[in-house]
Amino acid sequence: MSFKNTFEKYDWDTLEKEIYKVTAKDVEKVLLKEKIKLEDFKTLISPAAKPYIEQMAQRSNAITKKRFGNTIQMYIPMYLSNECQNICTYCGFSMDNGIRRKTLSDAEILKEVEHIKKLGYDHILLVTGEANKTVGVSYIKHAIDLIRSQFSNISIEVQPLDQEDYETLITSGLYAVLVYQETYHKATYKTHHPKGRKSNFDYRLDTPDRLGKAGIHKIGLGALFGLEDWRVDSFYTALHLKYLQKTYWKTKYSISFPRLRPHQGGLAPKVEMTDTDLVQLICAYRLLDEDVELSLSTRESEIFRNHSIHLGITSISAESKTNPGGYSVEPESLEQFEISDERTTEQIKHMIQSQGYEVVWKDWSKSYVNLSST
Amino acid sequence: MTTDTLKIADKTFKSRLFTGTGKFSSANKMREAIIASESELVTVALKRVDLENESDDMLVHLSDNQINLLPNTSGVRTAKEAVFAAELAREALQTNWVKLEIHPDPKYLLPDPIETLKAAEELVKLEFVVMPYIHADPVLCKRLEDVGVPCVMPLGAPIGSNKGIKTLEFLEIIIEQSNVPVIVDAGIGAPSHAAFAMELGADAVLVNTAIAVSQNPVDMGIAFKMAVEAGRIAYNAKLAPIKNQAEASSPLTSFLNDLN
Repeated sequence: MSFKNTFEKYDWDTLEKEIYKVTAKDVEKVLLKEKIKLEDFKTLISPAAKPYIEQMAQRSNAITKKRFGNTIQMYIPMYLSNECQNICTYCGFSMDNGIRRKTLSDAEILKEVEHIKKLGYDHILLVTGEANKTVGVSYIKHAIDLIRSQFSNISIEVQPLDQEDYETLITSGLYAVLVYQETYHKATYKTHHPKGRKSNFDYRLDTPDRLGKAGIHKIGLGALFGLEDWRVDSFYTALHLKYLQKTYWKTKYSISFPRLRPHQGGLAPKVEMTDTDLVQLICAYRLLDEDVELSLSTRESEIFRNHSIHLGITSISAESKTNPGGYSVEPESLEQFEISDERTTEQIKHMIQSQGYEVVWKDWSKSYVNLSST
Repeated sequence: MTTDTLKIADKTFKSRLFTGTGKFSSANKMREAIIASESELVTVALKRVDLENESDDMLVHLSDNQINLLPNTSGVRTAKEAVFAAELAREALQTNWVKLEIHPDPKYLLPDPIETLKAAEELVKLEFVVMPYIHADPVLCKRLEDVGVPCVMPLGAPIGSNKGIKTLEFLEIIIEQSNVPVIVDAGIGAPSHAAFAMELGADAVLVNTAIAVSQNPVDMGIAFKMAVEAGRIAYNAKLAPIKNQAEASSPLTSFLNDLN
């Protein structure tokens, strides 16, 4: 059994119809409920719920404060490689893009880390493309081993791996894995991932199951908004979340909200997601789940991010570079996508503090690493 | 007026309000609120502080002689991890006190009774002062007492829920049966909840979210201090019994007086 069994019980078109036929009266009824269920989530992300966005935001703010307090966690991504054997129509690292490929050496990784540590970060997210010969499991493991002593919390966003590979990386000190389905629409998924291992929809879909079985501390989920209707994709993400929480109850979960951003060989979004839509979605997730971490990257604008910390977002990145070596080794190399909020870490810190929130740099201990697997 | 002190292991506390350090909007706010609450025992998550860094923001703000640090093992999922974390805390913070929290479920942070008992047994052997965070389970409390913990910390409601004393029936049994101090931990969302727990006979309460997340943490710290004191004084003064019905004006048995 895996999520695939649950996934197959639902039909995209039926869900779409259900979401779009919701009425204002349905929304009002749901907002009176104390507990928001998955069915209600459909109502809250529907077009009919848009006029109720302020009410949703107020409630999301209160729930988030109760559970997470007046705090925002900070993390930073570090791109290790842009080598990739996949074709993804929306990605700057796609195999068919004629960019110069780069994979960081040990010395380069350490140079980047030195820069990142100076900025104050203690939670890091390692990112690669999918190139199994050069940046396979052994490369990732080596990178974790190399930097482990300098960070309390290490996450990765790389190609889906087998359960035993995850177990190996967890033993090395891996805390979390982010793996976005991109879209839960199988046919659309195929169109955007025509070549490479990533074109295997089912293997990607069951990746969180393999992570759960491996005993990972945290799994990050999400859909890439722009490929398909964001509402239906978000319902599937929420379905995935609820399934995982019941099945792998010792694991924490986070949700991210990537919207398509410009990059070389860029793709225009099929379905646009407006800022209002994104706020509605963030609040709907919080109303559905009091405890899930909600994360917002530098893809979003300054104004949006300033306000997002009151809406239910609990962790953000800053000053991100989306190219390997982008911090100090090779700042001019080609990035995966353009970031939108270009403020420095220091500026983001002040923005958060000025709004009455504490910046949390450390919320894990590297000495807890290895304990679960020994 | 009786204002008695509370003794746990080798320490005597004037205040029966224990507090936490999470969720505050700044380390300064946290310090001000804790000082205002007059709390003498403050729990701090090991995973949040940088033990290798003497200028860690949170630790610096707690370096006050009146405030005893109570490191907690939040984040660990097994007894083995908890013992390791406690040893780490003892070495780094120079205290053998530990709040034992083993909640493998990151969603509701509910404590694992089996792992907690195992860890408590081990930690007592290693000469720790173990304060276990547990369900309001009277049998578990007795089992923990048997392995040598100096107090128990049953929950009033899920952590951070602010729902108050939802485990009332079980807390009453625990308080009745316990030979060690009972500290109600988790779920207390208002000073009235804290006062209620103290009136029941709890020896202390631990409050974090309700103070940290309030609009004015300093005032809320003071409010909790007063509520805990009021509840304790009321408990010592013995509450008048609750009567379910008024006394009948025509007693059924008064004829017996005439017969005798």
